[in-house]
Amino acid sequence: MADTIQGRDIPGVAVQNMKTKRRFNITPYLFILPHLFFFVVFVGYPFFSGLIYSTFQYNILTPENNKFIGADNYTNLFNPNSREFDLFWNALGNTGLFMLYSVPALVVIPLLLAVLLNTKLPGRNFFRAIIFAPWVLSVSVIALLWYWIFQSNGGLVNAYVKTLGLTGEDGPVRWLSTLPPAWIAITVATVWWTMGFNMIILLAALQDIPEQLYEAATIDGANTWQKFFRITLPLLQAVLVFVVIITIISSFNLFGQPLFMTNNGPSRGTEPVMFRIYDEGFNRNNQGSAAAMSFVVALIMIAISYLNFRVFGKKDNTY
Amino acid sequence: MATTTPAQTATNRKADSFYRSRLFLQRAILYLILTFVAVIVLIPMFWMFATSIKPKNQLFTKDIQWWPANPTFDNYQKLVDNPATPIVTWFTNSVLIAAIVTILVLAVDSLAAYAYARMEFRGRKILFNVLLFTLFLPGILFLVPNFLTINALGLRNNYLGVILPALAGVFGVFFLRQFFESIPKELEEAGHMDGANSLQTFWSIALPLAKPALATLGVITFLGSWNDFLWPLLILQDRSLQTLPIGLRSLQGSYTSEYGLMMAGAVVAAVPVLILYVILQRFIVASVASSGVKG
Repeated sequence: MADTIQGRDIPGVAVQNMKTKRRFNITPYLFILPHLFFFVVFVGYPFFSGLIYSTFQYNILTPENNKFIGADNYTNLFNPNSREFDLFWNALGNTGLFMLYSVPALVVIPLLLAVLLNTKLPGRNFFRAIIFAPWVLSVSVIALLWYWIFQSNGGLVNAYVKTLGLTGEDGPVRWLSTLPPAWIAITVATVWWTMGFNMIILLAALQDIPEQLYEAATIDGANTWQKFFRITLPLLQAVLVFVVIITIISSFNLFGQPLFMTNNGPSRGTEPVMFRIYDEGFNRNNQGSAAAMSFVVALIMIAISYLNFRVFGKKDNTY
Repeated sequence: MATTTPAQTATNRKADSFYRSRLFLQRAILYLILTFVAVIVLIPMFWMFATSIKPKNQLFTKDIQWWPANPTFDNYQKLVDNPATPIVTWFTNSVLIAAIVTILVLAVDSLAAYAYARMEFRGRKILFNVLLFTLFLPGILFLVPNFLTINALGLRNNYLGVILPALAGVFGVFFLRQFFESIPKELEEAGHMDGANSLQTFWSIALPLAKPALATLGVITFLGSWNDFLWPLLILQDRSLQTLPIGLRSLQGSYTSEYGLMMAGAVVAAVPVLILYVILQRFIVASVASSGVKG
């Protein structure tokens, strides 16, 4: 402090002193401490404690029976005779199915919308704002809303199906209690909810593509399709891979939509793996086994992201 | 067109009118498609509101009834009056938790971000890389162990059980650090010359400059907290402590086929964030747009 004040008229001295003295300074640590404290308690510690819990038979209701069981929680997930096996793989399969349904739609539709909006169109921001709006809603709101829209009696969708004369011989479609209609309902709700998010990211990337490239292509006689496939798509590759990865990850986090819309049915037909972990850990109170499931699912999520990145993420910007 | 020379314009006059009509047609089609998409997006939200003001006997009509013959707020009144669906309490809880989380996240994250951006200290690089690493970890890893921590701390059925874990996030630290690094250093150095300490330069120079970034982080933190579902579902089991998204789950369980009541609850949860979105749209959109650039 004294140095700074003395050196006030000669700035160089103050700077030099700060550089050369290098005393231990506690200030930076005080600045990071509040965040670091919560980070350690709720991110750092649980990363390791979760691993440890996953090697235990662990139940908060009967702590006297908690015991170390090694890798049993993990091997059980791969043992067809175990209690968890069928339910876990059913749920994981369902989440995978949802990924297959929702990810293509959540990449293609937002990409088309972004291309449409990437023009100097008056009112462009207005449309962008409307399409993005559902994203700000809670999963509870959108799931409850679509639960009502897809009701077989009184729901908006079936009212239209009826008007258009599409009702089959078996009566109105039971969207929420039969397969695959239940998946269609869940996917439609999810696409409606989150397509704006991907659209905004893709639109921002499109706006970064230099206008001159298109102008040059036009002079060379390229048509709209050629420009899209030869300029837009290749230059969008890195962001597209990013969008695919975050969409896959969020599809793995499916939880609220089936809970509200189908109650995970019919007969666990739309039960996602996140619900399985939730149920295992907090309804059946097997926290150890739920922690093991979490690690397996997290590993799968990381592996899929990594593979996507490796296969499609090569930056090949030779334009 | 504006950049063409007069000579070109003369020879291109015919082509020009052709292009203009083509442009007009293109725009008309584009508007048609976009309007169609916008209507598809808006219909469910409109339907949610229209249903919420319908009397029970108008829910299941033969033809689609876009607007009730005699709109009523009875559904809202019923939710308020029924002790099993304390919607006012849920609303207050949501506001309270989201506001506290937002203020604390801004405080905690801006302090940390400023240090990572501007200060030299031992371990800075390692710590920052550890934070970076955790950004790639799926959130599900933390569900069970954090529940056990909160349980051990006796914070189940306590607002703190929802608020405290929300302060551990690293996104805000990255986001604000990036912003602080973009501020010219000279401004803070001038402050130091004048004898201000780090806290003073942070508070009176860096923070005021970071207002747009703080607004962006603030609004997405508020949205995230307001809409959060899985974690509060786990922690807040008392109906009187629940937030709106969890309350909607209780509400769905309390009534069968009472879609007017359900939609009234959904409207109460949706309207505040939709208003926030209309006012602060540019901050929200900017934060989403920048996430792709970073990735």
